[in-house]
Formats: sequence, C-alpha cells, structure tokens
Amino acid sequence: IMSIFAEVPQAPPVAVFKLTADFREDTNAQKVNLGVGAYRTDDCLPWVLPVVKKVEQMIVEDNSLNHEYLPILGLPELRSAASKVALGDDSPAIKDGRVGAVQALGGTGALRIGAEFLRRWYNGTNNTATPVYVSAPTWENHNAVFSDAGFKDIRPYHYWDGEKKGLDVTGIMDDLENAPEHSIFVLHACAHNPTGTDPTPDEWKTISEVMKRRKLFVFFDSAYQGFASGSLDKDAWAIRYFVSEGFELLCAQSFSKNFGLYNERVGNLTVVAQDKDNLARVLSQMEKIVRTTWSNPPSQGARIVAITLNNPDLFIEWKGNVKTMADRVLLMRDQLKAKLIALGTPGTWDHITQQIGMFSFTGLNPKQVQYMIKEKHVYLMASGRINMCGLTSKNIDYVAESIHETVSKVQ
Amino acid sequence: MQVCDLLSWWSEVQMGPPDPILGVSEAYKRDTNPKKINLGVGAYRDDQGKPYVLSCVRKAEAQIAAKKLDKEYLAIGGLGDFTKACAKLALGDDNEVIKSGRNITVQTISGTGSLRIGANFLSRFHTEARDVYLPKPSWGNHTPIFRDAGMQLKAYTYYDPKTCGFDFQGALNDISKIPEKSVIMLHACAHNPTGVDPRPEQWKEIADLVKKRNLLVFFDMAYQGFASGDIDRDAWAVRYFIEQGHNIVLSQSFAKNMGLYGERVGGFTVVCKDAEEAKRVESQLKILIRPIYSNPPMNGARIAATILNTPDLYKEWLGEVHGMANRIITMRELLVANLKKEGSTRNWKHVIDQIGMFCFTGLKPEQVERLTKEFSVYMTKDGRISMAGVTSGNVGYLAQGIHAVTK
Repeated sequence: IMSIFAEVPQAPPVAVFKLTADFREDTNAQKVNLGVGAYRTDDCLPWVLPVVKKVEQMIVEDNSLNHEYLPILGLPELRSAASKVALGDDSPAIKDGRVGAVQALGGTGALRIGAEFLRRWYNGTNNTATPVYVSAPTWENHNAVFSDAGFKDIRPYHYWDGEKKGLDVTGIMDDLENAPEHSIFVLHACAHNPTGTDPTPDEWKTISEVMKRRKLFVFFDSAYQGFASGSLDKDAWAIRYFVSEGFELLCAQSFSKNFGLYNERVGNLTVVAQDKDNLARVLSQMEKIVRTTWSNPPSQGARIVAITLNNPDLFIEWKGNVKTMADRVLLMRDQLKAKLIALGTPGTWDHITQQIGMFSFTGLNPKQVQYMIKEKHVYLMASGRINMCGLTSKNIDYVAESIHETVSKVQ
Repeated sequence: MQVCDLLSWWSEVQMGPPDPILGVSEAYKRDTNPKKINLGVGAYRDDQGKPYVLSCVRKAEAQIAAKKLDKEYLAIGGLGDFTKACAKLALGDDNEVIKSGRNITVQTISGTGSLRIGANFLSRFHTEARDVYLPKPSWGNHTPIFRDAGMQLKAYTYYDPKTCGFDFQGALNDISKIPEKSVIMLHACAHNPTGVDPRPEQWKEIADLVKKRNLLVFFDMAYQGFASGDIDRDAWAVRYFIEQGHNIVLSQSFAKNMGLYGERVGGFTVVCKDAEEAKRVESQLKILIRPIYSNPPMNGARIAATILNTPDLYKEWLGEVHGMANRIITMRELLVANLKKEGSTRNWKHVIDQIGMFCFTGLKPEQVERLTKEFSVYMTKDGRISMAGVTSGNVGYLAQGIHAVTK
C-alpha cells in the first residue's frame, strides 16, 4: 500500500539549532559558538543560578510535595508573582483586579496561547484576516507562532536601519500610521532579538501615542527582563508605560534566560484588561485554548520561580544572579568594541555597546558570516547576529581578530 | 485618556462554559459532609485517598539531583534517552519497527500534547481525509483537540448501555462503513470513560476490518500498565496492529502509570514505511512543535527516562504499577461484594469486567443527582466514577448510596 506519508516533504532544519549542530561537529580547537541564545559563564559553560540550585534542593527535600496536576491556567503563585515582576509591585492595574495570567511553556507557549486567543476573539470572532505586524527583523519563530495560530496576514514593520546600525524610527512611525486599525503589533519589551536595539523612552511614548490613536493592539514579548540592563524595573519600563496609558494588552513573559531555566519551560502570559469582568471572560476562554494544547502546564519550573519570587530573601538573591549575567554581557560588549577599535577594524563599532541584551547585530553580511564560520570557525547566524554570552575573556581576542580579518577581506 | 472611556477589546468575548469535571471537584470541596466521596478525580489515590508519589520516582529524583545537570534547552523532539525508552515500552524491546528505525517518537506535553501534535500533523499532511472517528463515548477532550487542529469529528458505536459492555457488532457495523483513509481513534487499553475494552479475539477482527477499510489508526494509550497491571498485556493491541502491518500513530502518557501528572510526560510516535520516511516525518513534527512551545520540559522526561533505563528502578516501577492496578481491581471487587451485601439484586458484573481507572456504572442522571445530593458522592452525570477515589474505608458507604438510588 502507498504510505500515507509518502508525500511528506523533508522540512528544512531550524537554523539556530543547525548552527549549533554544525559547531559541535567542528573539530577546530579555536571554534567559538556565538549562535544559540543561552547564557554562558566566562568558562563558556552553562550556568545554573545559585538561587535556582538552592530552591531545587528545597523542593527535593520537601516530602509534602507531589506531582499532581496544576490547574489549567497554571500555578497561581507563579502567575501572580510573574505578573507583578512585569507590571511592578505597586501596579494600579493589579490593584484594580484587572490583571490576570496564564502559565505557559516558556515565552513561546505564552505567545502561542495569546495568538490563539486573539485569532478567536479579537477584532471580531475568528478574524484570521487581522494583520499581525512583527519587527523587521524579529525572532524567527514569531512568524510561525502567529501563522500556525491561524493568522493569514503577517507583515513586517520597519525596525532595523542597516545603514545607521540603529532604530529606523521614521520607518516604525510610518508603519504605525499606515497600519489598518486594530492591527496587532508584536513589540519587544527590551533587548530586541536579534538586533539588541530598543526604542528610547521618548520613542516609546511616541509609539504609544500613535498606537492609541490608531487603535492598534499591543502584544509585548518580554524574554529578557532583568537580563538586558541588570534592572528588572528598567527593563519593564515600556510595558508599565503602556499599561499606565490605559492599553489593554498581552505580555508574553519568559523565565528561560533570566532564571536560566531554559529546559523547564517556564513562561507566563500576562493579560491586562479594562476591568475584572472582561478579565474573567478572557481567562475562561484562555482555559479552553490551553485545554486542547497541553491541558495544564509543567510544575517543576513553575515551583522554582514561584518560590523565588515570593520569598523576599530569595528574590533579592535572584536579582543579584540576574545582575551577574547582565554585567558579564556588558563587559564583553565593552571589550569587543575596544578590541575592534584597537585593531583598526574598518567601520564603526559603537553599536556593540549601544545595543543591549544577549544579542548584537554586528552588521556582518551573509558572505562575511560564511567566512567567519568556514575560515575562522566562529559560528554566528546568517543575519550577523552574535550571542554576546558566547564571548569569554579567553576567546574574545580571537573573535575580534576574526571579525577584523573578515571585514578586511570580504565585502 | 481614562481606561474607562474606552470600550474594551473584549466586550464580545463570551464566558466559556464551566468544565464539567472541574465543577464536580469544586462542588465536592464546598460540601461539609464528613462522609463525602470524590469520584470525579482522574488521578490515582492510595487507600487513604491521598495522592501517591511512586517510590521509584523519588529514587529517580534523588539520582538526578545528585548529577547536578544543567538546564540547557532540550532538542525540539525532546530527550533522546526518554523517547527511545518510550517507544520500546510501547512497542516491545525487540520490535522490528524500532530495529529498522522506521518509527519517529517525539517527547510531548503528556497525553494531551501528544494528541494535539498528532492531530496537527494529520491535519497538515493527511489531506485525503478530514474525518476522525472516535468511539462513542470517548474522552471528552478528544473532540475539541481534533477540532482545534482543524479536523472533523465523527463517531462509531462502542459502548452498549444495555450491557454496560462492548457493543462489538455495533462497532464492526459502523467501522465497516467508515470511508477509506479516515482516521480511527482506538483506546489501547482502559477505555476512558467506560473502562470497557475489546477482548483479544475482538481486537483481531477489528484490526482485520480496519485494514480492509484502509483506515489510519490513531492509538491513544494513556494507561499502559495501569489497566491490567502488566505493561505488555496492556500494549498487546498496539503491538498486534503493528504486526498486522498497520502503520499507526500513537499517543502515550506517563501521567497515570508513573504518577507524573503535573510534570507533563508523554510521547507521540509515527510508525513509518521506512527510516527515510521517518526522517521526513520527524522534520515536519519539529516544524509543528516549535511554534507551540519550542521544546519540551526536562524534569518529568528525565525522571521517566531514569526509571525506564535503570534496571532496578524499572523493576520497582513494574511492581508499583502492578500495585496501583491491583488496588483498583480490588476496589471493583469490594464494591460489587458490598452491593450484594446491601441486598442489591441488580447485575453489577460490569464493574468487575471493566478495567482501568474509570467505571461506567450505568447510573442515570437522576440517580447520580440523588447520589450526590443525599449521599455527598460526587461523580459526573454520565454515571462515570473514578475507581481511584474508592478506598476500603469508603466502599461500604458508597455501596449503600448506590443501592439506595438504584433499588
């Protein structure tokens, strides 16, 4: 019998994982992996946060804990604490009882549940034609999240200006002004992936003004709170500003990076509604979506984050751990730029220290990227994106020299 | 601008209907009767009515903690140690499918996540047929899962309310009319919600007929080991179908048989024509998974893998699963014995014939309502009870109540 799967085509591998796979196979002693977005220590090792180790030990030793199902919307202590982290302890919206949340599998899961909800209930019922705008460039998975949720019209909004190596403010504003009313905009709360380039507070204010006037929907993707500047509050400024401006919005939060809990899939979709009644109906529909996607979320990671956020001492310890990571990234930025300048590398390199968060858009073009990989065994994304965490005091000279050689030889 | 000046985006969002099973638990919690019993719960309870963390799970957790592993992302398809062992558990160690590499098994978010990935995959690639045939009745969540994935739901006769057993002829009749290439959902063992499973001879005829009709078989196996107490026996139907040449798709859950409910451990398997096809299918499964949750959670999979791959722990697990299944079987026997003691003259044989966590008592909605109101026994309106909620301490009272509303 002809197999039912005979026509299933081979799909291309997910680029970022292929990069790491290629890196692993590379036998060159000087190889450097600047691909996947995970934090590394100065010894280029993964880092389980000390506070996480402590809390995990507490969990292991607590015999009163079991493995029973969490509620569909997740661990209540996680949901409320996570929303507080995003919106602030003294958030008026939280006090008004109009903030709710859905525990989700990482930031991806939060985005997907949010997208599924919007497709069903936003701008009419099941309106798959509502335009969804994602930044150009953006995290490559944004497109698939919204399109698999059923949206048919996913468009880029101007963001990165390759010439000036910064934000294309005019482009953003044009797109906001010309977007059909009710369009959904996916905004990176901080530490834009992949460019590391964020709007300034004034730029955010202008964006907010236009979005309010044009009735555009705000969907924040917050994957790096705390990790970007080292300050939780600073990194949440944009989210809090929009909430204070009266927007009903969704905010997908990830605890993968700032808690180093990558593989435990801890995320939270914060929902800010106009009032309790709207919130209740929204959450009831979120439940239905969750029920057919994963029924209820995993408990281990949620427990770790909830315990940490809800314990004053542990919370302080966590903030310290987060600052450790942010500070190392900032140091690497400073040093990389300094070395490139010292080498006399062609071009300007201010963007390395102006950009923020885990990633830097180096400005290297695809040919130069290929050269870096093939000739120098330095692995980075085709877009020129590097993960600053892959840099260490031991490899930074080699990387700087490699960039220098590449930019000099390859145009 | 004041928030209250704007019309909310969500004014037209309807309140979702309350979950029927959750409603049962909520009502149970509010009840102050000291004799109350919760038979809605779909999770195993020990004879004291408490959640049970398996000893092999605790040991595995201790071993894992001592290893001080990092938290790096898993691959999209999950933990290799887990997926290999998961496939072996279902198909058998020596299965030709595994040896030839013609299965692809991915780690999923327990059974629900597995079913949803499967449904999404079929919806995208099995374009020749949009219909999924579920047994009547089936797990309540099957329907919305397939619907949300874009497939259409149909049903085939399964449960016979007259006998509280399997309507074998009815099933064969309906299956014989299913259009070719449609998807047919089969519960591998411990049918949910009825507890009614086909006998081996009946499975053989079903397998034959399904092959004649050229149907795509989707097995849901959420209770391997938990049904009879024997993991090979519970996987018999799955293995038989594969032997007979059906290239099935299979969902597995470790929620019940390892008590890992909240850790969300499951697997989805596609049995392909050959290893090359398996590679293509795998690549497409990854494309489906990535925009849902990127990659699966580590903790539960690591526990399950440790148990399945460590001989001592594996042996202990088999014993504990056997223990859980046995307690359920004992409760079934006790319930029937107590009903007889109460003087019930009804035929309660089905309570013992049915298998797994659930029992379709045959009680009508009005009888269920009385049982709840007068005796504080909580169950779903369809007459389904979770045997896991029955204990040697409450079985006598339960029998009293059931007898009172059915005599």
